[in-house]
Amino acid sequence: MNELITLKETIEFTLGESVLEISYVVASVLFILGLRMLSHPDTARRGNIWAAVGMGIAIVATILFHKMEGEPIGNVGYIIAAMVLGTIIGWIVALRVKMTAMPQLVSFFNGMGGGAAALISIMEFPHISQSLVQQYGMLNGQVLSILLALMIGSVSFAGSMVAFGKLDGWIKDITTPLLRYINIALLVVLVGFIVYIMSLGSINPKDVMYLVYIMFAVALVYGVLFVMPIGGADMPVVISLLNSFTGLAAAMGGFLYHNQAMITGGILVGSAGTILTILMCKAMNRSLVNVIIGAFGGQASGAEKEKGAVKETTSTDAAIMLNYSRKVIIIPGYGLAVAQAQHLAHELDKLLEENGVEVKYAIHPVAGRMPGHMNVLLAESDVPYDKLVESEEINEDIENVDVAVVIGANDVVNPAAEDDPSSPLYGMPIVKANKAKNTIVLKRGMGKGYAAVENYLFYDDNTKMLFGDAKSSLQELVNEIKQL
Amino acid sequence: MEEILEFFYTNKEIIFIVILSVFLGVEVISNVPAVLHTPLMSGANAIHGVVIIGAIIVMGHASTTSTMILGFIAVVLGTLNVVGGFVVTDRMLEMFRKKSKKK
Repeated sequence: MNELITLKETIEFTLGESVLEISYVVASVLFILGLRMLSHPDTARRGNIWAAVGMGIAIVATILFHKMEGEPIGNVGYIIAAMVLGTIIGWIVALRVKMTAMPQLVSFFNGMGGGAAALISIMEFPHISQSLVQQYGMLNGQVLSILLALMIGSVSFAGSMVAFGKLDGWIKDITTPLLRYINIALLVVLVGFIVYIMSLGSINPKDVMYLVYIMFAVALVYGVLFVMPIGGADMPVVISLLNSFTGLAAAMGGFLYHNQAMITGGILVGSAGTILTILMCKAMNRSLVNVIIGAFGGQASGAEKEKGAVKETTSTDAAIMLNYSRKVIIIPGYGLAVAQAQHLAHELDKLLEENGVEVKYAIHPVAGRMPGHMNVLLAESDVPYDKLVESEEINEDIENVDVAVVIGANDVVNPAAEDDPSSPLYGMPIVKANKAKNTIVLKRGMGKGYAAVENYLFYDDNTKMLFGDAKSSLQELVNEIKQL
Repeated sequence: MEEILEFFYTNKEIIFIVILSVFLGVEVISNVPAVLHTPLMSGANAIHGVVIIGAIIVMGHASTTSTMILGFIAVVLGTLNVVGGFVVTDRMLEMFRKKSKKK
Protein backbone atom coordinates (compact mmCIF):
# COMPACT_ATOMS: atom_id res chain seq x y z
CA MET A 1 0.00 0.00 0.00
CA ASN A 2 2.75 2.35 0.98
CA GLU A 3 4.56 1.55 -2.22
CA LEU A 4 1.48 2.41 -4.18
CA ILE A 5 1.26 5.84 -2.57
CA THR A 6 4.90 6.62 -3.31
CA LEU A 7 4.40 5.49 -6.89
CA LYS A 8 1.39 7.71 -7.27
CA GLU A 9 3.29 10.68 -5.89
CA THR A 10 6.14 10.12 -8.32
CA ILE A 11 3.74 10.01 -11.22
CA GLU A 12 1.98 13.16 -10.10
CA PHE A 13 5.30 14.85 -9.67
CA THR A 14 6.46 14.09 -13.19
CA LEU A 15 3.02 14.84 -14.61
CA GLY A 16 2.99 18.34 -13.18
CA GLU A 17 6.55 18.93 -14.30
CA SER A 18 5.78 17.81 -17.84
CA VAL A 19 2.64 19.92 -18.03
CA LEU A 20 4.75 22.86 -16.88
CA GLU A 21 7.43 22.24 -19.50
CA ILE A 22 4.82 21.73 -22.23
CA SER A 23 3.15 25.00 -21.20
CA TYR A 24 6.49 26.78 -21.50
CA VAL A 25 7.04 25.35 -24.96
CA VAL A 26 3.55 26.46 -25.99
CA ALA A 27 4.16 29.89 -24.46
CA SER A 28 7.48 30.26 -26.29
CA VAL A 29 5.88 29.29 -29.60
CA LEU A 30 3.09 31.80 -29.00
CA PHE A 31 5.64 34.53 -28.22
CA ILE A 32 7.49 33.85 -31.46
CA LEU A 33 4.32 33.64 -33.56
CA GLY A 34 2.94 36.71 -31.82
CA LEU A 35 6.03 38.75 -32.58
CA ARG A 36 5.99 37.48 -36.15
CA MET A 37 2.32 38.47 -36.58
CA LEU A 38 2.98 41.82 -34.95
CA SER A 39 5.22 42.61 -37.90
CA HIS A 40 2.35 42.58 -40.40
CA PRO A 41 -0.44 45.15 -40.36
CA ASP A 42 -3.20 42.62 -41.02
CA THR A 43 -2.25 40.17 -38.31
CA ALA A 44 -0.68 42.53 -35.77
CA ARG A 45 -3.58 42.70 -33.38
CA ARG A 46 -4.07 38.97 -33.33
CA GLY A 47 -0.32 38.56 -32.80
CA ASN A 48 -0.48 40.69 -29.70
CA ILE A 49 -3.33 38.61 -28.33
CA TRP A 50 -1.52 35.37 -29.10
CA ALA A 51 1.52 36.57 -27.21
CA ALA A 52 -0.73 37.60 -24.32
CA VAL A 53 -2.34 34.15 -24.28
CA GLY A 54 1.14 32.61 -24.21
CA MET A 55 1.99 34.78 -21.24
CA GLY A 56 -1.23 33.75 -19.49
CA ILE A 57 -0.48 30.05 -20.01
CA ALA A 58 3.07 30.45 -18.69
CA ILE A 59 1.88 32.33 -15.59
CA VAL A 60 -0.93 29.93 -14.70
CA ALA A 61 1.26 26.87 -15.30
CA THR A 62 3.98 28.33 -13.09
CA ILE A 63 1.63 28.96 -10.21
CA LEU A 64 0.04 25.50 -10.50
CA PHE A 65 2.96 23.24 -11.33
CA HIS A 66 6.26 24.91 -10.59
CA LYS A 67 8.39 23.14 -8.00
CA MET A 68 11.72 24.17 -6.59
CA GLU A 69 13.54 21.32 -4.89
CA GLY A 70 10.20 19.56 -4.60
CA GLU A 71 8.49 22.55 -3.00
CA PRO A 72 5.43 23.85 -4.86
CA ILE A 73 4.68 27.56 -5.12
CA GLY A 74 3.39 28.93 -1.83
CA ASN A 75 1.91 32.30 -0.84
CA VAL A 76 -0.53 31.82 -3.71
CA GLY A 77 -3.02 34.20 -2.12
CA TYR A 78 -0.48 37.00 -1.98
CA ILE A 79 0.71 36.28 -5.52
CA ILE A 80 -2.82 36.53 -6.85
CA ALA A 81 -3.43 39.68 -4.82
CA ALA A 82 -0.28 41.25 -6.26
CA MET A 83 -1.33 40.26 -9.77
CA VAL A 84 -4.83 41.64 -9.34
CA LEU A 85 -3.36 44.89 -8.06
CA GLY A 86 -0.90 45.09 -10.98
CA THR A 87 -3.62 44.24 -13.48
CA ILE A 88 -5.99 46.90 -12.23
CA ILE A 89 -3.35 49.63 -12.20
CA GLY A 90 -1.82 48.57 -15.52
CA TRP A 91 -5.16 48.25 -17.25
CA ILE A 92 -6.47 51.60 -16.08
CA VAL A 93 -3.26 53.46 -16.90
CA ALA A 94 -3.04 51.80 -20.32
CA LEU A 95 -6.64 52.69 -21.20
CA ARG A 96 -6.64 56.18 -19.81
CA VAL A 97 -3.48 57.57 -21.32
CA LYS A 98 -3.64 59.70 -24.45
CA MET A 99 -2.19 58.35 -27.67
CA THR A 100 0.37 61.15 -27.69
CA ALA A 101 1.75 59.94 -24.39
CA MET A 102 2.31 56.43 -25.74
CA PRO A 103 6.12 56.54 -25.86
CA GLN A 104 6.55 57.48 -22.22
CA LEU A 105 4.02 54.84 -21.24
CA VAL A 106 5.97 52.13 -23.04
CA SER A 107 9.02 53.42 -21.23
CA PHE A 108 7.20 53.27 -17.91
CA PHE A 109 6.05 49.68 -18.35
CA ASN A 110 9.50 48.75 -19.55
CA GLY A 111 10.96 50.12 -16.34
CA MET A 112 8.55 47.97 -14.32
CA GLY A 113 9.95 44.83 -15.93
CA GLY A 114 13.50 45.96 -15.23
CA GLY A 115 12.62 46.68 -11.62
CA ALA A 116 11.07 43.22 -11.21
CA ALA A 117 14.26 41.60 -12.58
CA ALA A 118 16.43 43.60 -10.17
CA LEU A 119 14.27 42.65 -7.17
CA ILE A 120 14.38 38.97 -8.11
CA SER A 121 18.18 39.15 -8.12
CA ILE A 122 18.30 40.76 -4.71
CA MET A 123 16.09 38.06 -3.27
CA GLU A 124 17.82 35.15 -4.97
CA PHE A 125 21.37 36.16 -4.12
CA PRO A 126 21.32 34.77 -0.55
CA HIS A 127 19.88 31.50 -1.90
CA ILE A 128 22.66 30.69 -4.33
CA SER A 129 23.07 26.92 -4.35
CA GLN A 130 25.42 25.88 -1.53
CA SER A 131 26.77 22.90 -3.44
CA LEU A 132 27.70 25.14 -6.36
CA VAL A 133 29.55 27.54 -4.08
CA GLN A 134 31.39 24.69 -2.39
CA GLN A 135 32.43 23.25 -5.71
CA TYR A 136 33.34 26.36 -7.69
CA GLY A 137 33.33 29.21 -5.18
CA MET A 138 31.42 32.29 -6.28
CA LEU A 139 32.78 31.89 -9.78
CA ASN A 140 29.70 30.18 -11.20
CA GLY A 141 26.92 30.76 -13.67
CA GLN A 142 24.26 31.41 -11.02
CA VAL A 143 26.18 34.27 -9.45
CA LEU A 144 26.91 35.75 -12.84
CA SER A 145 23.30 35.64 -14.02
CA ILE A 146 22.03 37.09 -10.73
CA LEU A 147 24.50 39.96 -10.78
CA LEU A 148 23.95 40.69 -14.48
CA ALA A 149 20.17 40.65 -14.02
CA LEU A 150 20.59 43.00 -11.07
CA MET A 151 22.79 45.40 -13.01
CA ILE A 152 20.85 45.39 -16.29
CA GLY A 153 17.46 45.39 -14.57
CA SER A 154 18.31 48.34 -12.31
CA VAL A 155 19.83 50.37 -15.15
CA SER A 156 16.75 49.64 -17.24
CA PHE A 157 14.42 50.59 -14.40
CA ALA A 158 16.12 53.87 -13.50
CA GLY A 159 16.82 54.75 -17.12
CA SER A 160 13.24 54.09 -18.19
CA MET A 161 11.90 56.26 -15.40
CA VAL A 162 14.15 59.14 -16.49
CA ALA A 163 13.15 58.62 -20.14
CA PHE A 164 9.53 58.62 -18.99
CA GLY A 165 10.06 61.88 -17.09
CA LYS A 166 11.86 63.51 -19.98
CA LEU A 167 9.19 62.66 -22.52
CA ASP A 168 6.55 63.78 -20.08
CA GLY A 169 8.39 67.04 -19.72
CA TRP A 170 9.21 67.11 -16.01
CA ILE A 171 12.87 66.16 -16.33
CA LYS A 172 15.16 68.42 -18.31
CA ASP A 173 18.35 67.47 -20.11
CA ILE A 174 21.52 67.87 -18.15
CA THR A 175 24.47 68.10 -20.43
CA THR A 176 27.88 68.48 -18.96
CA PRO A 177 30.94 66.79 -20.42
CA LEU A 178 31.79 65.75 -16.88
CA LEU A 179 28.83 63.37 -16.89
CA ARG A 180 30.43 61.32 -19.62
CA TYR A 181 33.44 60.54 -17.42
CA ILE A 182 31.27 59.90 -14.38
CA ASN A 183 29.25 57.42 -16.43
CA ILE A 184 32.30 55.58 -17.68
CA ALA A 185 33.63 55.46 -14.12
CA LEU A 186 30.30 54.09 -12.81
CA LEU A 187 30.23 51.42 -15.48
CA VAL A 188 33.75 50.37 -14.51
CA VAL A 189 32.69 50.27 -10.86
CA LEU A 190 29.70 48.06 -11.70
CA VAL A 191 31.79 45.60 -13.66
CA GLY A 192 34.34 45.75 -10.84
CA PHE A 193 31.64 44.73 -8.34
CA ILE A 194 30.73 41.70 -10.44
CA VAL A 195 34.36 40.65 -10.83
CA TYR A 196 35.07 41.18 -7.13
CA ILE A 197 32.02 39.27 -5.87
CA MET A 198 32.74 36.39 -8.22
CA SER A 199 36.36 36.19 -7.09
CA LEU A 200 35.43 35.74 -3.43
CA GLY A 201 35.76 31.96 -3.42
CA SER A 202 33.78 29.71 -1.10
CA ILE A 203 31.89 32.13 1.10
CA ASN A 204 28.39 32.34 2.41
CA PRO A 205 26.56 34.62 -0.06
CA LYS A 206 24.55 36.07 2.85
CA ASP A 207 27.72 37.64 4.22
CA VAL A 208 28.22 39.84 1.17
CA MET A 209 24.62 41.03 0.80
CA TYR A 210 25.77 44.55 1.61
CA LEU A 211 27.87 44.49 -1.59
CA VAL A 212 24.76 43.55 -3.55
CA TYR A 213 22.81 46.47 -2.07
CA ILE A 214 25.61 48.90 -2.87
CA MET A 215 25.79 47.54 -6.38
CA PHE A 216 22.04 47.95 -6.73
CA ALA A 217 22.33 51.60 -5.68
CA VAL A 218 25.24 52.26 -8.03
CA ALA A 219 23.34 50.65 -10.91
CA LEU A 220 20.30 52.85 -10.22
CA VAL A 221 22.48 55.97 -10.22
CA TYR A 222 24.14 54.82 -13.42
CA GLY A 223 20.74 54.27 -15.05
CA VAL A 224 19.69 57.82 -14.19
CA LEU A 225 22.93 59.41 -15.35
CA PHE A 226 23.03 57.25 -18.46
CA VAL A 227 19.78 58.68 -19.82
CA MET A 228 20.13 62.18 -18.29
CA PRO A 229 22.37 63.76 -20.95
CA ILE A 230 20.68 62.14 -23.92
CA GLY A 231 18.64 64.65 -25.84
CA GLY A 232 14.94 64.35 -26.44
CA ALA A 233 15.35 63.62 -30.13
CA ASP A 234 17.25 60.46 -29.29
CA MET A 235 14.77 59.30 -26.67
CA PRO A 236 13.05 56.70 -28.92
CA VAL A 237 16.40 55.04 -29.51
CA VAL A 238 17.06 55.00 -25.79
CA ILE A 239 13.67 53.50 -24.97
CA SER A 240 14.19 50.82 -27.56
CA LEU A 241 17.65 50.13 -26.14
CA LEU A 242 16.32 49.92 -22.58
CA ASN A 243 13.58 47.65 -23.88
CA SER A 244 16.16 45.18 -25.11
CA PHE A 245 18.05 45.60 -21.82
CA THR A 246 15.00 44.47 -19.89
CA GLY A 247 14.70 41.54 -22.29
CA LEU A 248 18.25 40.56 -21.38
CA ALA A 249 17.56 40.96 -17.67
CA ALA A 250 14.54 38.65 -18.03
CA ALA A 251 16.69 36.13 -19.87
CA MET A 252 19.26 36.26 -17.06
CA GLY A 253 16.45 35.35 -14.66
CA GLY A 254 15.70 32.49 -17.04
CA PHE A 255 19.26 31.19 -16.76
CA LEU A 256 18.98 31.35 -13.02
CA TYR A 257 15.83 29.22 -12.91
CA HIS A 258 16.64 27.18 -16.02
CA ASN A 259 13.33 28.50 -17.22
CA GLN A 260 12.94 28.13 -20.98
CA ALA A 261 9.97 30.48 -21.31
CA MET A 262 11.92 33.28 -19.64
CA ILE A 263 15.01 32.59 -21.73
CA THR A 264 13.19 32.49 -25.06
CA GLY A 265 11.00 35.49 -24.28
CA GLY A 266 13.87 37.52 -22.88
CA ILE A 267 16.42 36.77 -25.57
CA LEU A 268 13.81 37.22 -28.29
CA VAL A 269 13.03 40.71 -27.04
CA GLY A 270 16.70 41.39 -26.41
CA SER A 271 17.72 40.66 -29.97
CA ALA A 272 14.59 42.06 -31.61
CA GLY A 273 14.96 45.19 -29.49
CA THR A 274 18.57 45.59 -30.51
CA ILE A 275 17.68 45.31 -34.20
CA LEU A 276 14.84 47.77 -33.73
CA THR A 277 17.26 50.15 -32.01
CA ILE A 278 19.67 49.88 -34.93
CA LEU A 279 16.84 50.42 -37.42
CA MET A 280 15.87 53.59 -35.57
CA CYS A 281 19.45 54.83 -35.51
CA LYS A 282 19.64 54.22 -39.23
CA ALA A 283 16.46 56.20 -39.78
CA MET A 284 18.13 59.14 -38.05
CA ASN A 285 21.52 58.41 -39.55
CA ARG A 286 23.18 58.25 -36.16
CA SER A 287 25.37 55.58 -34.72
CA LEU A 288 24.35 53.97 -31.46
CA VAL A 289 27.67 54.90 -29.86
CA ASN A 290 27.03 58.48 -30.81
CA VAL A 291 23.62 58.43 -29.22
CA ILE A 292 24.95 57.05 -25.97
CA ILE A 293 28.17 59.04 -25.66
CA GLY A 294 27.53 62.26 -27.54
CA ALA A 295 24.80 64.30 -25.96
CA PHE A 296 22.57 65.44 -28.79
CA GLY A 297 21.53 69.04 -29.24
CA GLY A 298 22.63 71.11 -26.27
CA GLN A 299 25.84 72.93 -27.05
CA ALA A 300 26.46 72.82 -30.81
CA SER A 301 23.85 74.63 -32.84
CA GLY A 302 25.50 74.66 -36.25
CA ALA A 303 27.08 77.45 -38.24
CA GLU A 304 25.46 80.85 -38.06
CA LYS A 305 24.13 81.70 -41.46
CA GLU A 306 22.62 84.76 -43.03
CA LYS A 307 18.96 84.65 -42.06
CA GLY A 308 16.35 85.96 -44.42
CA ALA A 309 13.27 87.65 -43.08
CA VAL A 310 10.47 85.55 -41.69
CA LYS A 311 7.38 85.92 -43.81
CA GLU A 312 4.13 85.60 -41.99
CA THR A 313 0.93 84.64 -43.72
CA THR A 314 -2.73 84.66 -42.76
CA SER A 315 -5.08 81.72 -42.75
CA THR A 316 -7.07 83.32 -45.61
CA ASP A 317 -4.02 83.53 -47.87
CA ALA A 318 -2.88 80.09 -46.89
CA ALA A 319 -6.35 78.67 -47.56
CA ILE A 320 -6.44 80.16 -51.05
CA MET A 321 -2.97 78.92 -51.80
CA LEU A 322 -3.87 75.40 -50.71
CA ASN A 323 -7.20 75.32 -52.46
CA TYR A 324 -5.76 76.24 -55.85
CA SER A 325 -2.84 73.83 -55.73
CA ARG A 326 -2.69 70.52 -57.51
CA LYS A 327 -0.44 68.71 -55.15
CA VAL A 328 -0.16 69.26 -51.44
CA ILE A 329 1.83 67.34 -48.86
CA ILE A 330 1.26 67.53 -45.14
CA ILE A 331 4.32 67.01 -42.97
CA PRO A 332 3.12 66.29 -39.45
CA GLY A 333 5.33 66.46 -36.40
CA TYR A 334 5.02 66.10 -32.68
CA GLY A 335 3.44 69.56 -32.43
CA LEU A 336 0.43 68.22 -34.29
CA ALA A 337 0.13 65.41 -31.82
CA VAL A 338 0.52 67.65 -28.79
CA ALA A 339 -2.16 69.99 -30.05
CA GLN A 340 -4.42 66.95 -30.66
CA ALA A 341 -4.93 68.33 -34.15
CA GLN A 342 -4.70 65.10 -36.13
CA HIS A 343 -8.48 65.00 -36.68
CA LEU A 344 -8.45 68.53 -38.05
CA ALA A 345 -5.54 67.68 -40.32
CA HIS A 346 -7.65 64.87 -41.71
CA GLU A 347 -10.59 67.22 -42.14
CA LEU A 348 -8.36 69.62 -44.05
CA ASP A 349 -7.12 66.89 -46.34
CA LYS A 350 -10.66 65.64 -47.00
CA LEU A 351 -11.82 69.15 -47.89
CA LEU A 352 -8.91 69.67 -50.24
CA GLU A 353 -9.45 66.30 -51.90
CA GLU A 354 -13.08 67.20 -52.51
CA ASN A 355 -11.84 70.31 -54.27
CA GLY A 356 -9.58 68.25 -56.49
CA VAL A 357 -6.28 68.70 -54.71
CA GLU A 358 -4.05 65.67 -54.33
CA VAL A 359 -3.05 65.39 -50.67
CA LYS A 360 -0.45 63.07 -49.18
CA TYR A 361 1.13 62.87 -45.77
CA ALA A 362 4.91 62.75 -45.64
CA ILE A 363 5.80 60.58 -42.69
CA HIS A 364 9.33 60.97 -41.48
CA PRO A 365 10.57 57.77 -39.84
CA VAL A 366 11.09 59.52 -36.51
CA ALA A 367 8.32 62.07 -36.67
CA GLY A 368 6.69 62.23 -33.28
CA ARG A 369 8.65 60.69 -30.50
CA MET A 370 8.96 57.15 -31.76
CA PRO A 371 9.23 55.51 -35.16
CA GLY A 372 5.73 54.86 -36.38
CA HIS A 373 4.27 57.10 -33.68
CA MET A 374 2.85 59.47 -36.29
CA ASN A 375 1.24 56.59 -38.16
CA VAL A 376 -0.54 55.49 -35.01
CA LEU A 377 -1.77 59.00 -34.34
CA LEU A 378 -3.04 59.55 -37.88
CA ALA A 379 -4.59 56.10 -37.92
CA GLU A 380 -6.48 57.19 -34.82
CA SER A 381 -8.17 59.90 -36.87
CA ASP A 382 -8.97 57.56 -39.76
CA VAL A 383 -6.48 58.84 -42.31
CA PRO A 384 -6.33 56.10 -44.97
CA TYR A 385 -3.21 53.99 -45.08
CA ASP A 386 -2.26 54.75 -48.68
CA LYS A 387 -2.07 58.45 -47.96
CA LEU A 388 0.79 58.00 -45.55
CA VAL A 389 3.93 58.07 -47.63
CA GLU A 390 7.43 57.63 -46.32
CA SER A 391 9.66 60.64 -46.65
CA GLU A 392 12.06 59.05 -49.16
CA GLU A 393 9.25 58.45 -51.60
CA ILE A 394 7.93 61.99 -51.15
CA ASN A 395 11.38 63.46 -51.72
CA GLU A 396 11.65 61.84 -55.16
CA ASP A 397 8.80 63.97 -56.40
CA ILE A 398 9.07 66.95 -54.10
CA GLU A 399 9.80 69.47 -56.89
CA ASN A 400 6.28 68.91 -58.21
CA VAL A 401 4.63 69.59 -54.90
CA ASP A 402 2.87 72.94 -54.90
CA VAL A 403 2.57 73.39 -51.19
CA ALA A 404 4.21 71.54 -48.34
CA VAL A 405 2.32 72.12 -45.10
CA VAL A 406 4.54 71.60 -42.10
CA ILE A 407 2.43 71.11 -38.99
CA GLY A 408 4.29 71.12 -35.71
CA ALA A 409 7.38 69.54 -37.23
CA ASN A 410 10.80 71.12 -37.07
CA ASP A 411 13.93 68.99 -37.03
CA VAL A 412 12.63 66.55 -39.62
CA VAL A 413 12.40 69.35 -42.21
CA ASN A 414 15.60 71.17 -41.25
CA PRO A 415 17.70 71.63 -44.39
CA ALA A 416 20.80 71.90 -42.20
CA ALA A 417 20.71 68.11 -42.09
CA GLU A 418 21.65 68.19 -45.76
CA ASP A 419 23.95 71.13 -46.26
CA ASP A 420 25.50 72.14 -42.95
CA PRO A 421 28.16 69.65 -41.81
CA SER A 422 28.58 71.55 -38.54
CA SER A 423 24.97 71.00 -37.53
CA PRO A 424 24.27 68.24 -35.03
CA LEU A 425 21.47 67.15 -37.34
CA TYR A 426 23.82 66.76 -40.30
CA GLY A 427 23.30 63.49 -42.11
CA MET A 428 19.79 62.79 -40.83
CA PRO A 429 17.40 62.09 -43.70
CA ILE A 430 14.77 64.81 -43.86
CA VAL A 431 11.59 65.60 -45.72
CA LYS A 432 12.90 68.16 -48.21
CA ALA A 433 10.15 70.69 -47.66
CA ASN A 434 12.54 73.42 -48.80
CA LYS A 435 12.50 71.91 -52.32
CA ALA A 436 8.73 72.19 -52.69
CA LYS A 437 7.40 75.17 -54.63
CA ASN A 438 5.91 76.69 -51.50
CA THR A 439 6.00 75.82 -47.86
CA ILE A 440 3.57 76.82 -45.16
CA VAL A 441 4.74 76.24 -41.61
CA LEU A 442 2.17 76.02 -38.85
CA LYS A 443 4.00 76.74 -35.67
CA ARG A 444 3.37 78.31 -32.32
CA GLY A 445 6.40 80.61 -32.41
CA MET A 446 9.94 80.80 -33.59
CA GLY A 447 11.11 78.33 -30.95
CA LYS A 448 13.60 75.67 -31.85
CA GLY A 449 12.74 72.03 -32.30
CA TYR A 450 13.46 69.20 -29.92
CA ALA A 451 17.08 69.01 -31.03
CA ALA A 452 17.45 72.73 -30.16
CA VAL A 453 18.81 73.58 -33.60
CA GLU A 454 18.00 76.69 -35.63
CA ASN A 455 15.92 75.86 -38.70
CA TYR A 456 16.74 77.92 -41.79
CA LEU A 457 13.74 76.57 -43.61
CA PHE A 458 11.67 79.15 -41.75
CA TYR A 459 13.70 81.98 -43.27
CA ASP A 460 13.49 80.61 -46.79
CA ASP A 461 12.03 82.76 -49.55
CA ASN A 462 9.34 80.23 -50.35
CA THR A 463 8.34 79.67 -46.75
CA LYS A 464 5.42 81.36 -45.10
CA MET A 465 4.78 81.07 -41.41
CA LEU A 466 1.32 80.69 -39.96
CA PHE A 467 1.77 81.26 -36.25
CA GLY A 468 -0.55 79.87 -33.66
CA ASP A 469 -1.53 76.66 -31.96
CA ALA A 470 -1.75 73.88 -34.57
CA LYS A 471 -5.33 73.13 -33.65
CA SER A 472 -6.70 76.66 -33.96
CA SER A 473 -4.62 77.37 -37.07
CA LEU A 474 -5.96 74.26 -38.75
CA GLN A 475 -9.49 75.09 -37.65
CA GLU A 476 -9.17 78.52 -39.26
CA LEU A 477 -7.77 76.99 -42.43
CA VAL A 478 -10.65 74.53 -42.62
CA ASN A 479 -13.20 77.31 -42.08
CA GLU A 480 -11.58 79.52 -44.71
CA ILE A 481 -11.51 76.75 -47.30
CA LYS A 482 -15.17 76.00 -46.63
CA GLN A 483 -16.02 79.61 -47.40
CA LEU A 484 -14.09 79.73 -50.67
CA MET B 1 40.12 26.59 -20.31
CA GLU B 2 38.79 23.31 -18.95
CA GLU B 3 36.18 25.21 -16.95
CA ILE B 4 34.99 27.00 -20.05
CA LEU B 5 34.65 23.74 -21.95
CA GLU B 6 32.82 22.18 -19.01
CA PHE B 7 30.53 25.21 -18.83
CA PHE B 8 29.66 24.83 -22.49
CA TYR B 9 29.05 21.15 -22.09
CA THR B 10 26.78 21.41 -19.06
CA ASN B 11 24.83 24.33 -20.48
CA LYS B 12 24.66 23.24 -24.09
CA GLU B 13 20.85 23.26 -24.33
CA ILE B 14 20.61 26.78 -22.97
CA ILE B 15 23.37 28.00 -25.26
CA PHE B 16 21.45 26.49 -28.16
CA ILE B 17 18.22 28.19 -27.13
CA VAL B 18 20.00 31.52 -26.73
CA ILE B 19 21.69 31.43 -30.12
CA LEU B 20 18.57 30.30 -31.95
CA SER B 21 16.44 32.91 -30.14
CA VAL B 22 18.87 35.66 -31.11
CA PHE B 23 18.53 34.73 -34.77
CA LEU B 24 14.77 34.36 -34.46
CA GLY B 25 14.43 37.79 -32.92
CA VAL B 26 16.50 39.37 -35.68
CA GLU B 27 14.68 37.45 -38.39
CA VAL B 28 11.22 38.24 -37.09
CA ILE B 29 11.88 41.95 -36.76
CA SER B 30 13.84 42.75 -39.88
CA ASN B 31 10.89 42.84 -42.28
CA VAL B 32 8.77 45.17 -40.22
CA PRO B 33 7.29 48.21 -41.96
CA ALA B 34 8.09 51.49 -40.19
CA VAL B 35 4.37 51.93 -39.53
CA LEU B 36 4.45 49.12 -37.03
CA HIS B 37 7.63 50.09 -35.17
CA THR B 38 5.84 51.62 -32.21
CA PRO B 39 3.29 48.82 -31.69
CA LEU B 40 6.03 46.27 -32.18
CA MET B 41 8.25 47.87 -29.60
CA SER B 42 5.31 47.96 -27.26
CA GLY B 43 4.46 44.33 -27.96
CA ALA B 44 8.05 43.24 -27.38
CA ASN B 45 7.96 45.28 -24.20
CA ALA B 46 5.00 43.23 -23.00
CA ILE B 47 6.74 39.96 -23.86
CA HIS B 48 9.75 40.64 -21.67
CA GLY B 49 7.22 40.92 -18.89
CA VAL B 50 7.80 37.15 -18.80
CA VAL B 51 10.14 38.13 -15.99
CA ILE B 52 6.97 37.88 -13.88
CA ILE B 53 7.50 34.10 -13.84
CA GLY B 54 10.70 34.68 -11.92
CA ALA B 55 8.85 37.02 -9.58
CA ILE B 56 6.17 34.38 -8.96
CA ILE B 57 8.78 31.72 -8.25
CA VAL B 58 10.67 33.91 -5.81
CA MET B 59 7.47 35.05 -4.13
CA GLY B 60 6.26 31.47 -3.99
CA HIS B 61 9.24 30.49 -1.88
CA ALA B 62 9.52 33.61 0.24
CA SER B 63 9.38 33.00 3.98
CA THR B 64 10.58 36.14 5.77
CA THR B 65 8.60 39.37 5.89
CA SER B 66 11.19 41.31 3.96
CA THR B 67 11.34 38.81 1.10
CA MET B 68 7.54 38.68 1.10
CA ILE B 69 7.36 42.43 0.67
CA LEU B 70 10.02 42.50 -2.04
CA GLY B 71 8.40 39.54 -3.77
CA PHE B 72 5.02 41.20 -3.66
CA ILE B 73 6.45 44.33 -5.24
CA ALA B 74 8.24 42.26 -7.89
CA VAL B 75 5.01 40.49 -8.85
CA VAL B 76 3.14 43.82 -9.02
CA LEU B 77 5.85 45.34 -11.22
CA GLY B 78 5.93 42.27 -13.47
CA THR B 79 2.13 42.31 -13.81
CA LEU B 80 2.19 46.00 -14.67
CA ASN B 81 4.71 45.25 -17.41
CA VAL B 82 2.64 42.39 -18.83
CA VAL B 83 -0.87 43.80 -18.57
CA GLY B 84 0.01 47.41 -19.36
CA GLY B 85 2.18 46.31 -22.27
CA PHE B 86 -0.43 44.12 -23.92
CA VAL B 87 -3.33 46.50 -23.35
CA VAL B 88 -1.45 49.49 -24.74
CA THR B 89 -0.33 47.51 -27.78
CA ASP B 90 -3.89 46.38 -28.37
CA ARG B 91 -5.11 49.95 -28.15
CA MET B 92 -2.62 51.09 -30.75
CA LEU B 93 -3.43 48.24 -33.09
CA GLU B 94 -7.17 48.69 -32.73
CA MET B 95 -6.82 51.92 -34.67
CA PHE B 96 -5.12 50.21 -37.57
CA ARG B 97 -7.82 47.61 -37.72
CA LYS B 98 -10.65 50.12 -37.72
CA LYS B 99 -9.14 51.76 -40.73
CA SER B 100 -8.38 48.68 -42.78
CA LYS B 101 -11.98 47.56 -42.36
CA LYS B 102 -13.21 50.75 -43.94
CA LYS B 103 -10.87 50.38 -46.88
